[in-house]
Amino acid sequence: MTPPMRTTREIATRYSALHDEAQLGRAQTRAAWAFLFPAIALISVFFALPVIAAFLLGFTDFDIYALADTETVRLTGLRNYETILTSPLFWQAFRNTCLFAFVGGPLSVLVSLAAALLVNARATRFKPFFRSVLFMPFVTTLVAVSIVWRYLYHPQYGLLNWVLGSVGLGPVDWLGSPTWAMPAIILVAVWKGFGYNMLVLIAGLQSIPEDLYEAARLDGAGAWQQFRHITLPMLRPTMLFVGIITMVGFFQLFAEPYVMTQGGPLRSTTSIVLLMFEEGFRWWRMGYAAAVAVALFVIILLVTLVQRRVQREAV
Amino acid sequence: MKRFGSVLLHVALVCAAIFALAPMLWMLSASFMPTGAANVYPPPLIPKNPTLEHYRTLFGQLAIGRYMFNSAVIATSATLLSLLVNSLAGYAIAKLRFRGRDSVHKIMGAALLIPVQVTMLPLFLLLKQFGLVNSYWGAIIPSIATIFGIFLIRQYALGIPDDLLDAARMDGASEFRIYWSVVLPVIRPILATLAIWTFLASWNDFLWPLVVLTDDARYTLPVALASLSGEHVQDTELMMAGAVVTVFPVVVVFLMLQRAYVQGVMVGSVKG
Repeated sequence: MTPPMRTTREIATRYSALHDEAQLGRAQTRAAWAFLFPAIALISVFFALPVIAAFLLGFTDFDIYALADTETVRLTGLRNYETILTSPLFWQAFRNTCLFAFVGGPLSVLVSLAAALLVNARATRFKPFFRSVLFMPFVTTLVAVSIVWRYLYHPQYGLLNWVLGSVGLGPVDWLGSPTWAMPAIILVAVWKGFGYNMLVLIAGLQSIPEDLYEAARLDGAGAWQQFRHITLPMLRPTMLFVGIITMVGFFQLFAEPYVMTQGGPLRSTTSIVLLMFEEGFRWWRMGYAAAVAVALFVIILLVTLVQRRVQREAV
Repeated sequence: MKRFGSVLLHVALVCAAIFALAPMLWMLSASFMPTGAANVYPPPLIPKNPTLEHYRTLFGQLAIGRYMFNSAVIATSATLLSLLVNSLAGYAIAKLRFRGRDSVHKIMGAALLIPVQVTMLPLFLLLKQFGLVNSYWGAIIPSIATIFGIFLIRQYALGIPDDLLDAARMDGASEFRIYWSVVLPVIRPILATLAIWTFLASWNDFLWPLVVLTDDARYTLPVALASLSGEHVQDTELMMAGAVVTVFPVVVVFLMLQRAYVQGVMVGSVKG
């Protein structure tokens, strides 16, 4: 079907109307806010409002009694934060989370970088195949693969100890010892997550102009020198992005210890989010748990800002 | 020398591929072993007497079909609603000229820094007021409008030529009509990307469903699996079958729609 023919005159009138900037602007403004309304309403009610409420909740003693009758809630000022600062369990969770993030995060980025360099190397064959296979763990369900790894870590029958045993190492009681439980969880997190950063880094590598390498080769630069003086500097913005999202993600550790160790043994894998979950949704000490959540937010914010500054200055 | 390097490179790649796949292959293999067969030393890699008994137990006695249905309903609804809501907002920020556009964009960018866990306690109390705790809606609502989704759409919609939109305006099309008949067809590739990301994120999500779905009958697969794994710690083969049932759908979706999925990583990594 062809649209009905319009007279020149009709078109001319419409044209002039449209060129009335004010009217055009008003129509677009109205449309824009109408289009934004569903998203902004949902984000305001179910995200922004709860964030503000979390700060307020942190100043109260909201507990299981308050759940039944909100009349019993009292303002307690900074008491929850005092409790946090003097609670050995919070500090333990803080240390565990930092260990996980500051060891696991950089390790994850390094593994991703190595994988990206391998997959992207000029001599590599079957690139799409390797890329998909290495990315696969990222799409899997964290809870399901944590359960799988729990059995891989079995001290007697686990695949990992069998592999280690065949080269004369171990056996290690991975999830049963306070020393090894966190490294075991770090390994799972690195396995699960490295594929995403690998893809981002491959995109970063591919955006480096080929002439740079050609010029370097003409100047007699070897593979290592090319990597050191071209690849790494050109990859810096991508590394900054990858570094920040990885650290932010690692500070939110929850499902792995929940499924694999329940935070043990001896609380060695209790993370801040796990602590928040237990305090808030198991013991219903929601005021205290909200303060823990706010603390997590502050920690993540500080780490992000520091990281941004450090990586920007380290030219 | 060059040949040697290439061999070394491929050996490293194969090792990495084994590292990535081994846990999943073992999961699949152990799920077909009879009860107790996986708990011997050395661990068997391939089932000697393959059996489907664990899948029968899961779908029969343990009614895992119910959880699968819950997961499917929640993930599908979240995906469809997020497509509509995020594409409207993302397109508006990218292409419509209005006062406050930059502020909206900046505020959303800053909000990306807030970890979602901060919202969970008040959100639970809020949904309890609305009577939405332990309902599908309770699980769906937080994943409908997402800043990630809005930014993803915006990034792509920036590439729509203004002439195309102005031509439609000159033909007298309303702004909604333009969105529906001009913009949506043009941004279809990124809609596919957003759809897969939302579906997989919702299917794989754990903490929020664990909090908001309090009754066994409403559990999603990951929540049900975590709860089963507490009761059936010793039943290695059964738990592996449960893990297969949970992971299988997402791996299939990924393998079928890889290209669109990977696009999300690339666009998502561009600074908004």
